[in-house]
Amino acid sequence: MTTTTTAPVVHSLAFMNGDEFRIPVFKLLKRDGTPYKHAKLPELDKDKALRIYRAMLFTRVLDERMLAAQRQGRLSFYMQCTGEEATIIGSAAALDDEDMIMAQYREQGALAYRGFGVDEFMDQLFGNERDHGKGRQMPVHYGSKDLHYMTISSPLATQIPQATGYAYGQKLSGLGHCTLTVFGEGAASEGDFHAALNMASVHQVPVIFLCRNNGYAISTPAHEQFSADGIAPRAFGYHMKVVRVDGNDILAVYQATREARCWAVENNRPVLIEAMTYRLAAHSSSDDPSGYRSKKEEEAWRDKDPVLRMRLWLEQQGWWAEEDEKREQDTLRREVLEAMKRAEKRPPPPLESLVTDVYDQVPPLLAEQLDRLKEHIRKYPDAYPRGARGLKEDTQGSGGGEHA
Amino acid sequence: MPKMNMLQAINNALDIAMAADDKVICFGEDVGIFGGVFRATSHLQEKYGRARCFNTPLVEQGIIGFANGLAAQGSTPVAEIQFADYIFPAFDQIVNESAKFRYRSGDLFNVGGLTIRTPYGGGISGGLYHSQSPEAYFAHTPGLKIAVPRNPHQAKGLLLAAIRDPNPVLFFEPKRLYRASTGEVPEEDYQLPLGQAEIVKEGGDITLLAWGAQMEMVEKAAELAEKEGVSCEIIDLRTIVPWDIDTVVDSVLKTGRLVVTHEAPLTGGFAGEIAATIQERCFLYLESPIARVTGLDTPFPLTLEKEYMPDHLKVFEAIKQSMAF
Repeated sequence: MTTTTTAPVVHSLAFMNGDEFRIPVFKLLKRDGTPYKHAKLPELDKDKALRIYRAMLFTRVLDERMLAAQRQGRLSFYMQCTGEEATIIGSAAALDDEDMIMAQYREQGALAYRGFGVDEFMDQLFGNERDHGKGRQMPVHYGSKDLHYMTISSPLATQIPQATGYAYGQKLSGLGHCTLTVFGEGAASEGDFHAALNMASVHQVPVIFLCRNNGYAISTPAHEQFSADGIAPRAFGYHMKVVRVDGNDILAVYQATREARCWAVENNRPVLIEAMTYRLAAHSSSDDPSGYRSKKEEEAWRDKDPVLRMRLWLEQQGWWAEEDEKREQDTLRREVLEAMKRAEKRPPPPLESLVTDVYDQVPPLLAEQLDRLKEHIRKYPDAYPRGARGLKEDTQGSGGGEHA
Repeated sequence: MPKMNMLQAINNALDIAMAADDKVICFGEDVGIFGGVFRATSHLQEKYGRARCFNTPLVEQGIIGFANGLAAQGSTPVAEIQFADYIFPAFDQIVNESAKFRYRSGDLFNVGGLTIRTPYGGGISGGLYHSQSPEAYFAHTPGLKIAVPRNPHQAKGLLLAAIRDPNPVLFFEPKRLYRASTGEVPEEDYQLPLGQAEIVKEGGDITLLAWGAQMEMVEKAAELAEKEGVSCEIIDLRTIVPWDIDTVVDSVLKTGRLVVTHEAPLTGGFAGEIAATIQERCFLYLESPIARVTGLDTPFPLTLEKEYMPDHLKVFEAIKQSMAF
């Protein structure tokens, strides 16, 4: 019941504070990759398990190499997924590949799982002419229409009510798809989070809200973000199904998301998942966690490494071995480095891309602004080497406008 | 041709849009069975069902966030914000999301299907929070289009154009005129072009420029001026973004004088943008400084609303001063 009309009546005053509900954590695998006693593991065939693991390894390698590249000054900025790979890839693997994913910014593992190419990653990171986003956004703001992965937007939590709306459209179109939206426990403090959950519940929408509770919003620890028992209890306020999982246990994340998806699509209802994990990396390449948390704390979580746990489980299945690991790591490192070199060398997007896509067509006033800019750059080409590139051949100065 | 008031024309436009395309979906606070607090969405839920016309919870940021997602998915949402004064909780979703969706994704995704309808403006004893004209905030954000109708005929034609435009459009409805403005409106489906001003009356001495409800003040002021022998050219901008620079420039090149008027406060108002552009393009042709007749730089008042409003007498005075310069 969603109204108070059916509430029992009492005549002695008693306040409640929610402690009546303790939300458990769903786990399947121990740290050594063996299942807990009585744990019923999801069905996962070898091909899919290896697809998942390769995406995890790729993400780890990509993050290591790109942070190093940032430190060398080759890249302006970077954000790692490190420590949260099981939450991200486990949930993506539980979806249909045509379900929409609307993520926050640290979820490159989901794109890797869906088959985003190493060159596509690199072209975005370097903002070159082949970047799908045309060099307009900071590194890690990936998007792919083909892979049903919404382009990342920096403002936090804006994607959450959008996911509710997107999934409402999916419901109306009746094709059986849903939307998964991912956000941190910090972003869940934004008004957009509450708006999204309430509307999803009221309008009966097949959307999965996946909170990756990684302990920190930049430097602010979770206990300074909220005083309740995490994010999960908020679902009760919106009359929504909820589950809390060990976010470093990929089989638990996979199974929880899979069942959440089935339920969401079959019943047109939202589900909230809170994945308990840890941001092993800094918030971004601009952040230094030593100012707000201890090495000891980080080490304790390193022992719960989600990639290692998956690997151990795979080895126990006889699907993976030491030599596979070495070969795969070497291959991935080489591929990432080669792609980085290619992306660095590619030219920037053309000057015209400065004014396209603001509207479906370039309006006259904007075309005029581009013309003036071109004139200016022609006078001072050395001051604007990127913009001056394409102007050498184009001496007419017609810009984007037919109005002139 | 049937006679309609502005609300009926808006309702008729929504009805036509929903009948023509089942991707058009109308929602907002109280827009369902009640038909909106002004009745702009009357009977739409009965006709098209609860899935396509419905109440939302009372959360503007959620309404627009939801609308952005729905538009990105390929639907054509027409979201209502009950009063323009209450659009600000959705400011982030509009200026950081709707406006930038296409650009930031390199055109992989867009929310071009989105239309946001919202009643604006004073003259209804609404005080601070039922009277504002916030168009200039949004005009400062590339990626949005902004249209404002002045009568029922425009309301229908511009709204249909806004719904079908492949860009997000903010549609500001002059609520003072919802029932006060009546006129003949074609029954059929028609659109008025966004980005094109309308020369309401030709004249040779001075150009008067406004949009929406303020057009009424301009027309009254022009009547007074004409009695004193001043020939006024009256232009309704109709669309603030993109605005029809050429039509205004051509007029000012002819008249040499310009008065721009809006209800919103002076500082940062859209009249400033117009004045700057026109002085740049018509500098040697101007006979007098471009005049702005606007609200005061105060919050919108209540008891002294009449004093605050840039009414026809204030516009008339500006015309006289411009002529006497």
